[in-house]
Amino acid sequence: MRGTVVSWLLAAPLALVLAVFLVVPLVVLVAVSFYDYDSFRLIPDFVFTNYIEVFGSPVTWRTYAKTFWFAGITWAITLMLGFWIAYYLAFVVEGTGRRTLLFLLCTIPFWTSNLIRMIAWVPFLGRNGLLNQALLGAGVIDQPLEFLLFSDFAVVLAFVHLYTLFMVVPIFNTMMRIDRQLIEAAVDAGADFWRVLRHVIIPLCKPGIAIGSIFVIVLVMGDFVTVRLMSGGQSASVGLMISNQISLLQYPAAAANAVVLLAVVLLMVAAILRAIDIRKEL
Amino acid sequence: MKDQSLPGRTSLTRRGALALAGAAVGSGAVTGFPTIWAQNIRNITLRQAGTGVSGLNAIAEQCKKDTGITLQLTVMDTDALAQRAATQPRSFDIADIEYMTTKKVYPVGTMQAIERRRITHADKIVPIFTTGRLTPASAIAQGTAPHTVGFVANRLATAFEPSQTEWMTLIPTIYNADTLGIRPDLINRPITNWKDLVDPAFRGKASIVNVPNIGIMDAAMVMESAGQAPYADKGNMTRAEIDRTTAFLIDLKRQGHFRAFWKTFDESVNLMASGEVIIQSMWSPAVAAVRSRGIACTYQPLAEGYRAWGGGLGIARHVSGLQLDAAYEYLNWYLSGWTGAYLNRQGYYSAVLETAKAQMSPAEWDFWMEGKPAATDILAPDGRVMERAGAVRDGGSFTERMGKVACWNSVMNEERYMVQKWNEFIAA
Repeated sequence: MRGTVVSWLLAAPLALVLAVFLVVPLVVLVAVSFYDYDSFRLIPDFVFTNYIEVFGSPVTWRTYAKTFWFAGITWAITLMLGFWIAYYLAFVVEGTGRRTLLFLLCTIPFWTSNLIRMIAWVPFLGRNGLLNQALLGAGVIDQPLEFLLFSDFAVVLAFVHLYTLFMVVPIFNTMMRIDRQLIEAAVDAGADFWRVLRHVIIPLCKPGIAIGSIFVIVLVMGDFVTVRLMSGGQSASVGLMISNQISLLQYPAAAANAVVLLAVVLLMVAAILRAIDIRKEL
Repeated sequence: MKDQSLPGRTSLTRRGALALAGAAVGSGAVTGFPTIWAQNIRNITLRQAGTGVSGLNAIAEQCKKDTGITLQLTVMDTDALAQRAATQPRSFDIADIEYMTTKKVYPVGTMQAIERRRITHADKIVPIFTTGRLTPASAIAQGTAPHTVGFVANRLATAFEPSQTEWMTLIPTIYNADTLGIRPDLINRPITNWKDLVDPAFRGKASIVNVPNIGIMDAAMVMESAGQAPYADKGNMTRAEIDRTTAFLIDLKRQGHFRAFWKTFDESVNLMASGEVIIQSMWSPAVAAVRSRGIACTYQPLAEGYRAWGGGLGIARHVSGLQLDAAYEYLNWYLSGWTGAYLNRQGYYSAVLETAKAQMSPAEWDFWMEGKPAATDILAPDGRVMERAGAVRDGGSFTERMGKVACWNSVMNEERYMVQKWNEFIAA
């Protein structure tokens, strides 16, 4: 009996913090999404117009398609990069010291703020930027490449640059937990590199892959700064759409959009968790 | 002007204002009060909510020095300001807002009208703000022209009056005429019309402001210039006109005409300075910022005229008694010359020209207001050399620029629909 009380008390602070700062705001968000509004006022009401406008507008569908597209491409690239970087760190590099050093190197991009990292691409990728000048100087191209900046290419590039580490860390973690004897056993039993990879390493890395995927997908789905800066305002994302509505004081519309986005992202996370049981290895 | 992330213009925080007040009192700089109740006003603080265009610390400092009134500035962007003025009227005493915002905010009833007879220089205010005509012969521009939202019937009335009354919604303070900015070093032909923005020669090198109610008017200027059917009122389009304009923009976007869209002041400066864009909608201080980097940039006057904007100071409804007296004192001080000269020196215009002129050197006046070549080096307010002797202001004199306003920044009746269509264009 006393034990139960203590556990309740121990869990209470976190539960309270989550209730006040997560559950209450979410409830308010959902409530506001049914409000009506004009230029200045939120009109407490229970109307479906905000949702009708969200689902009825072709802009929404196009924007979601574009956001999925960004998320999909970014996920695929960060997964490929992240997996092999983690593999290199976990299995190829010898010694804890070197491993830690190389791991720290991976975090260098995070020593500056997100925004600065993105802005730094402009002088690099621009029409008169470093890359174009180098390519022009080397005679590889005779016209500056325009697609490098203010394009979908630039958006994906920035995403990959920003989020690959989120894929590396969890995958690296699961790889470090793999019992090396398992690999030895597989090799002794005659498995080649690819067989070991397919039947030993990848299955045991699944929780890390799932966690990394959740990080990357959630971050990309909710992004608005990267898309706006790197596409030069030419591309839309769901986050950008919401941010535009907020700046125009259309809070109920933004809330409805946010609720839909939240539902979509939760569904995606649920799908990932259904496919891979991350608790198994944690 | 809309998103005010102007560099180097930070808001005066509460603490900053108090420190400033303390410093001013401590240094004994607060002397020479102009009126009998000035001793009381010395202790009065006015909270002013405004945009970065005119929410300038230098003005608050000078105000403290001249009147003893402590001005507490809060700076935000136009949208947030409109919301604040309409929904939290007790959070400020003075609203420093644009006339187009007034059209939305004033009917909510959070402001009180300003009694004209208490404004010393009321009769010297530039007639754009009273009759809508710069000279008796000039035409009234389209859009939310300041004089159409400048007057009400009495102190608490919320409906605008079509002609001048004794009660003003705002005291005009700052205004300017916007046009396209270009990189003359990268464009080797004269730019003369708004339609040059969509010249295929500039494909992939043009930009437009991504602030819906301003961007769509720039687009309308372009379309009229390109010979498409004229608008009844570019500042108040019908749904069909909005459809037509956004379709035109979407078509251009699909052709890859725009390199980017900009939303903040810095973005427009960077696009232009880096050469990514060579022709775009721009604000005059952004042109100055590009030029201050040593890069050629012209605020190009165009045959069809300018898109103008204007702002002013209004008093919140809750202000009364001594504080209201202080508010009038502040408004009178604003028009008394120092601020006017300060704003004119940045390329904006002040509402009472006569008093500002008295505070400017003849060379400054000739350069900024008469459009004459600079007789001496022209200094920025911070003392840097802004223009060398011999330079001429883009667009010429005050009369040439403000006399050629085609439309004013506006709030349309169909605003919600317009914003929806504009978002379609951005997402297209």
